[in-house]
Amino acid sequence: MPAGTEAAFSMRGNLLRRNLLTALLLAPATLWLVVFLVLPFVAIAIFSVGERAPEGGYQAALTFAQYANLPARATAFWNTMVLAPAGALACLLVAYPVAYYLALRAPQRWRLILLALIVIPFWTSLLMRTYAWMYILGGRGIPALLAYVGIEDLRLINTSGAVLLGIVYGYLPLMILPIYVSLERLDRRLLEASADLGATPVSTFLGVTLRLSLPGVMTGFSLVMILLLGEYLIPTLLGGGKVFFIGNALVDLFLQSRNWPFGSAIAITLVAVSVVVLIVANRISTRLSGARRVDLI
Amino acid sequence: MRAFVVAVFGFLYLPIALVVLFSFNAGHHASEFTGFSVQWYGKALSNPFLVEALKNSLFIATTSALLAAFCGTAAALGLQRVGAPARAVFDALLGAAIVVPGVVIGISTLVALVQLFVVVNPFLASLWPTDQPPRLALGYGSIIAAHGLFSMALVTMIVGTRLSSLDRNLVEASSDLYATPLTTFRSIVLPQIMPAVIAGFLLAFTFSFDDFIIAFFVAGAQTTLPIYVFASIRRGVTPEINAIATIVLAASVLLVLLAQWQLGRRKPSP
Repeated sequence: MPAGTEAAFSMRGNLLRRNLLTALLLAPATLWLVVFLVLPFVAIAIFSVGERAPEGGYQAALTFAQYANLPARATAFWNTMVLAPAGALACLLVAYPVAYYLALRAPQRWRLILLALIVIPFWTSLLMRTYAWMYILGGRGIPALLAYVGIEDLRLINTSGAVLLGIVYGYLPLMILPIYVSLERLDRRLLEASADLGATPVSTFLGVTLRLSLPGVMTGFSLVMILLLGEYLIPTLLGGGKVFFIGNALVDLFLQSRNWPFGSAIAITLVAVSVVVLIVANRISTRLSGARRVDLI
Repeated sequence: MRAFVVAVFGFLYLPIALVVLFSFNAGHHASEFTGFSVQWYGKALSNPFLVEALKNSLFIATTSALLAAFCGTAAALGLQRVGAPARAVFDALLGAAIVVPGVVIGISTLVALVQLFVVVNPFLASLWPTDQPPRLALGYGSIIAAHGLFSMALVTMIVGTRLSSLDRNLVEASSDLYATPLTTFRSIVLPQIMPAVIAGFLLAFTFSFDDFIIAFFVAGAQTTLPIYVFASIRRGVTPEINAIATIVLAASVLLVLLAQWQLGRRKPSP
């Protein structure tokens, strides 16, 4: 056998071994993604065109009746579609000055510590943090204190205001981070140039700082908005039975009234809305500037 | 602006501080602090249901985080070796695993698993020689798998970021010096990505330990700590919950600090 063929054989053997190793490395994650992400999604897609079995659960069918029935849960959709953007906007208004201070004004040696203090609450239990507000807004919290000074019968908990507050509290870190990242990367010389060219601080802020941080703003806004679309804990704990979201409708349909096909149709709609939000946000950000990646931790 | 930032930090931390403070309250009421006491901690830790839920949560969080750290790291390494199209598909799936709302992950996993069990259980029963065939059901396994999905995606992204900033020259130098690929991996690559792997593990643990909504759907007959706490909150606020919330918050803060410290280690100085 000529030497060249032998070398080719061994090279092919190496290539095979290389591919085998790559496949082995990727196999567990692929299996996981397929079995617990792709297949479940296909399952609810199939369920959403099915019918509810008489005793609850699913019965095979091909109908769009579930989708046609979506208006039956219009209140949940309405609440979510109003309070999710409103909550994201409220978050943004609180988050921007904080991110601005951290990125451009805070003393260098404090910056990372302050940033860590912002991130830590995000990784602690949302349930426990929301519970803290139940405590504060509940009958024995602020209303009890206000009663001392003569303001009686003020109800704070179980209102949309309470839900909005809980949203800002829960998602503030997620909004601050991307804005901080985009402000931190801002070229300071641009600010000096703007001032040197006679721009007032306000027009420098509007024309340079705000403009260049808009991709971060968009990232934060879309992230918070998407997570809010699927929120369940905050409306349940701070909104009582009165302010309910799509998440509450899903819990009801899957765990209580067991109308799985209808629930699946709502879930698919929820995912579709999230995808639209993501695409729109992405379009806007890429138009504003090049894509930027943001670390959540 | 400084005053505003201080106020925001107060807003972030005061409610937590209040829960911690009242977990040491001797009295029963939220509106007045009547003295220092650890009685609620004693009450919480002698509640068998709560302890059971805590043990379940610890077991589930440890297992899912270990699996996620292992499979996520392997995937991040594997992704370095495939072409752009395969990578794009994989990245899209990982992104979906992170971005799809927990409530949707929960219900879709519930639907898929229940449907799977309907098919598999009679099949198992027909194969089984005795009268008591094993029955697949929702429980530890389904919570671990559903939590692991998010965590694995998270680990893959964190480790992937670290891998992309890895100094290739070191790897080439190592193989030029006749190190086997395994030796190169063990002595060059692994030490450099280890902080990211550990950070990923800790964040995965924290995520699983804190998650309520996914577990709520796929827990079956099992109870995790957040599910137990949620149920007791629905029954009414008690100082016992303050005590358990304080323990959970302290544990999460500790883990996140550890994760941040690990991520900050050996980062090339800018």
